This record gives sequence, structure tokens and C-alpha cells, in this order.
Amino acid sequence: MPLSTYLKEETIILGLEAETSADVITQLGKKLEEAGLVKDSFVQAALTREKTLPTGLPLGGEINAAIPHTDIEHVLKSGVAMATLVKPVTFQNMVLPTEAVEVRIAFLLALEEPHAQIEMLQEIAGVLQDPDLLETLMKSSSPSEVLEALGKTSA
Amino acid sequence: MLKPKRILVACGTAIATSTVVAKALEEELEKRGIQVFIRQCKASEVPSLAQDFDLIVTTTPVATDHGKPVIQTLAFLTGIGKQTVVEQIVEKLKA
Repeated sequence: MPLSTYLKEETIILGLEAETSADVITQLGKKLEEAGLVKDSFVQAALTREKTLPTGLPLGGEINAAIPHTDIEHVLKSGVAMATLVKPVTFQNMVLPTEAVEVRIAFLLALEEPHAQIEMLQEIAGVLQDPDLLETLMKSSSPSEVLEALGKTSA
Repeated sequence: MLKPKRILVACGTAIATSTVVAKALEEELEKRGIQVFIRQCKASEVPSLAQDFDLIVTTTPVATDHGKPVIQTLAFLTGIGKQTVVEQIVEKLKA
């Protein structure tokens, strides 16, 4: 299943203005909550988790990413919310938490059992490994452009 | 037949990045004809599970005082240095 099965226009924020990683997670979490994908405990759980188990991913180019998420008990249905950030926001590196990563694009993941959304996770990894696609997502001016760009890669 | 090597793949929640790593690792090792048994776990579970495994691959910091080799890597998520990491893993499994 393509990523666009999980990512909806309603859960995409383009040009988000945020100061902190907590701000990014809170605003994206609201979108997942409004879409009925997560419980009202999700945002707090994701914020708490990010502090001890950060999710910043340096991608070796101009655009770094973060993939915040939390335990399955806060989730109703698999899904994802995405934000492009107007200016870089500091997250900590997943594998090296003392290191800061300046993030330009964030995917907040609502996850169920490990294998329930393996395609979604693999597709997100695929996006992270595609600098041209990341560039296209950053430049998108509407959620439908994002979904179109993502749809092309999984076709 | 050699007994399959046992790899423990850890991440924060045992559901997100370890799923991607486990799947990618399985495919890469299969291509090389290496049979493995892979189990996913939370980083916090590594100390209690490490003894039953030959190698630990993790996307997040884990305990390393259990005498088993640990490879910490984001390569299966970001693609950066992936081939090098796969070679390292193959070497560790041969050891």
C-alpha cells in the first residue's frame, strides 16, 4: 500500500512555523487526533518519548528529518502526519542523542502492531533516502501536491 | 547445515525503526545466502535478551556490557553507509 493510503490531506501541514520539537509534535499530533487516528493521550506520550528516545535523522544533505512516534496503546489506527518546517527545528539524533539535528521535515507516526504498517514504514524510509523527493515535498504548496509526489514513487 | 545466526534488532518502541531494520537486514543477508533468525525488541530489553543472540543491531543507544557485539546504525533508515554496515554485520556474523 502506498504511503498516500496512510497520509491524508488533513494530516499534512506545509510551512509550519515552530520553535521547538515539542511544538512540531504537538501541532502534528492535533492533526492525527482530529483525524481520529490517535487517543488524546498520544501527544503527551510522544513528547515524553522524544525526550528519552529522540527521533532526529541526519540525512547527509540539506534536509534532515525526524520521525516522532510512541507506544501502540495511544493509537487507534495506523497513520502518519507530515510537516515541512519554515525554518529548521532542533531535534536530537536518534542514534546519538547528545547530537543536535536541524530538521526541515517531520513525520509523526501513529503505529499499531509491528507488522501492521510495514509498508508505511518502508515507504517513509524510501522517502528519506530520496533527496529529490524530499526537495519536492519541501517545495510543495498544497497537500495534494505532496500526495501526488508520493504517489508517483510508489507506482 | 549451519545453525542460523541470531540477531537482536532494537529500537525505542520495538515497532517502528526496528521493523524497517529487521526487514532490510533479512533481505540483504538473504541476498548473500546467510540465514538468520531476527527478533525485534525495545532498547530497554537488550540487557535481558542479549545472551541468546550473536549480534545486536540498534538504531538507539543500548547497553553494551553484555559481551555481545553491538552495531548502532541509522543506515537502514537513511541509506547513508548502508553497504558498509551490511559488510560489517556479515563480518561479525562470521566471527
